[in-house]
Amino acid sequence: MFEVEVIIKNKAGLHTRPAAQLVKTAAKFKSDFYIYKDGYEINGKSIIGVMTLAAEQGAKLNLRFDGVDQKDAAKAVCELFDRGFDEA
Amino acid sequence: MTEGKIKSEIIMRGIPAAPGIAIGNIYLYTRDVPSAIERALNPGDVDSEIERLKKAIAKSEKELTKILSFAQAKIGESKSKIFEAQIMILRDQFLIDSLVKRIRSELRNAEFIVNNEISKYEKMMLMAQDDYMHERAHDVDDLKNRIIRNMQSTKLVSKFESAAILVSHNLTPADTMIFSRNAVLGYATDKGGITSHAAILSRALKIPAVLGLGDISRRISPGDSIILDGYSGNVIINPSSEQILKYQIKKERYTKFESNLAKFKSLPAKTLDGRKVELATNIEFEEELEYMLLQGGDGIGLYRSESLLFANDQIPSEEKQYKKYKLFADRVFPNRVIIRTFDIGGDKIAPQTIEEANPFLGWRGIRIFLDRPEILLEQLRAILRASSRKNIAVMFPMVTTVEEVIKAKEYIEIAKAELRSKKIKFDPNIQVGVMIEVPSAAVTADTIAKEVDFLSIGTNDLTQYLLAVDRGNDIISDLYQEFHPSVIHTIRHIIKAGHKEKKWVGMCGELAGNPLATVLLIGLGLDEFSVVPSVLPEIKKIIRSVSYSQAQRLASEVLRLRTTEEVRSYLRHYIEKRFTDILLENNNE
Repeated sequence: MFEVEVIIKNKAGLHTRPAAQLVKTAAKFKSDFYIYKDGYEINGKSIIGVMTLAAEQGAKLNLRFDGVDQKDAAKAVCELFDRGFDEA
Repeated sequence: MTEGKIKSEIIMRGIPAAPGIAIGNIYLYTRDVPSAIERALNPGDVDSEIERLKKAIAKSEKELTKILSFAQAKIGESKSKIFEAQIMILRDQFLIDSLVKRIRSELRNAEFIVNNEISKYEKMMLMAQDDYMHERAHDVDDLKNRIIRNMQSTKLVSKFESAAILVSHNLTPADTMIFSRNAVLGYATDKGGITSHAAILSRALKIPAVLGLGDISRRISPGDSIILDGYSGNVIINPSSEQILKYQIKKERYTKFESNLAKFKSLPAKTLDGRKVELATNIEFEEELEYMLLQGGDGIGLYRSESLLFANDQIPSEEKQYKKYKLFADRVFPNRVIIRTFDIGGDKIAPQTIEEANPFLGWRGIRIFLDRPEILLEQLRAILRASSRKNIAVMFPMVTTVEEVIKAKEYIEIAKAELRSKKIKFDPNIQVGVMIEVPSAAVTADTIAKEVDFLSIGTNDLTQYLLAVDRGNDIISDLYQEFHPSVIHTIRHIIKAGHKEKKWVGMCGELAGNPLATVLLIGLGLDEFSVVPSVLPEIKKIIRSVSYSQAQRLASEVLRLRTTEEVRSYLRHYIEKRFTDILLENNNE
């Protein structure tokens, strides 16, 4: 298991396009991927789940990866957050 | 405020979005919530139940894909994004797996499980304190109901038998189009406004519409009848027989008036003593073209090219722009299309950096594109390429100084040279004009007129800037006075300045389409009126009923008046005396 905290950087927050990007990236890995926010647990490979996260700019999310490729998965996903989903 | 079954008359006020009067029974359009009653399953039926679920999901995806492509074609990509999101959810493997798992383990019917599972997500979305998440919950709810409906193979009713007025919470463009295949007498909705696509489409379809009524869909019940007045925006629920009679008379009067106007359509806009003015229309969307042609306009006096940006997230390619401009030019040929280059605020181009305290005094219109010439050049090339039949003119918005005009013209020359080097045909003598809507440009109109082929007065912004009043600000909106003497004197100054340089002067602001102003504007010497298509015959009728010399006398009288109220009452008196059948109430007079 591997855990990491990320901050939403892009201005518009986790709206539909970044949500889709996140799910698509996570789906490339075998590891389970969960997102925790305000006491909720969301499956990070589920678009409808990610869409329920009212995560605006500046919000903190806890990510948990669990599986054979957990480190690689974490790296790929964190990069997305770091780049602000390639948005401003 | 209605009590039980007692049907008392209720008058509601909304936004008059498409003209006309409709009297009739209502058809309440609600996206019915399909029932999802819990039912126990025999273990032997589980597989067929899962099969039923998967079929419904596949069917929903097929439906949404169809709607998506229809929507993309009709209203553009960015507004179609909600359908894309819905499709993505239908493909959510985690969601599908949980649904299947629950059907198997709980031995409950698929409708119940779908409703129960997806509602959980909806509730979470609704807990967030922001509109965006609430909208999203709404989309998810919509999707959930679509899946359940498809399991029960019931269809969303988009058909009704007898003629009715459609009442709905909201009207999507697809709804507007789909329902128009029935005998719809009118549209009344809780939401929406004059510029919504539903409004534009209903005007194009000639179906009276009152939008933005707040809560009519909740205050009305099946079997009610209403009067819908698309001129004033009034809707009367369960009208008394006296009201019905009153509106029937009003409706007949309007119909008669409008059919009288019909005969003006093919006649030129010429005064009694032979002064010909050009009567063109303002257009934003392709859907309006047909209506415009029906109304008999002399071409397009203002094509708001920024409408291309509203439909897309980014600026459409030169090729895409060219096709659109060409389409407009071909449809109105041999008449002319004046294409106004993108008139937008800076936030449309660079959303991340622009945060202006005073956008109306900020980075707008031509100011943006002189800073971003690559966008301007792309648009100018597209316009020039579409001009090969010599019926296109180009116009720059928000011009403040003559330097801007000179610079913008240089870019036209650059674009021409680029096309020449590629041996692409265009109109080398394309007319170039500017909008006069900023006081500095109005004051120096003579200098600017030397540089261009025509001037077009934008009265909306001009009034706003002259009187220093934001017309969207309710506190001071009564100060927004298009008939203020300062506005009228400025219009006279601009027209004189243009004529001195032998350039024609038009007007594309709202004042041009106000029947109260028509005679005055003729008298001031205006050469071209560009108006919304619906008022075109009325304005033409007025033009054809006066002589230029009479109008000039009226104008010189009006120029002597000191206040808005004096101007208005003078003009109202004049119009009422001469044109008993002109419907000034149309224009909130």
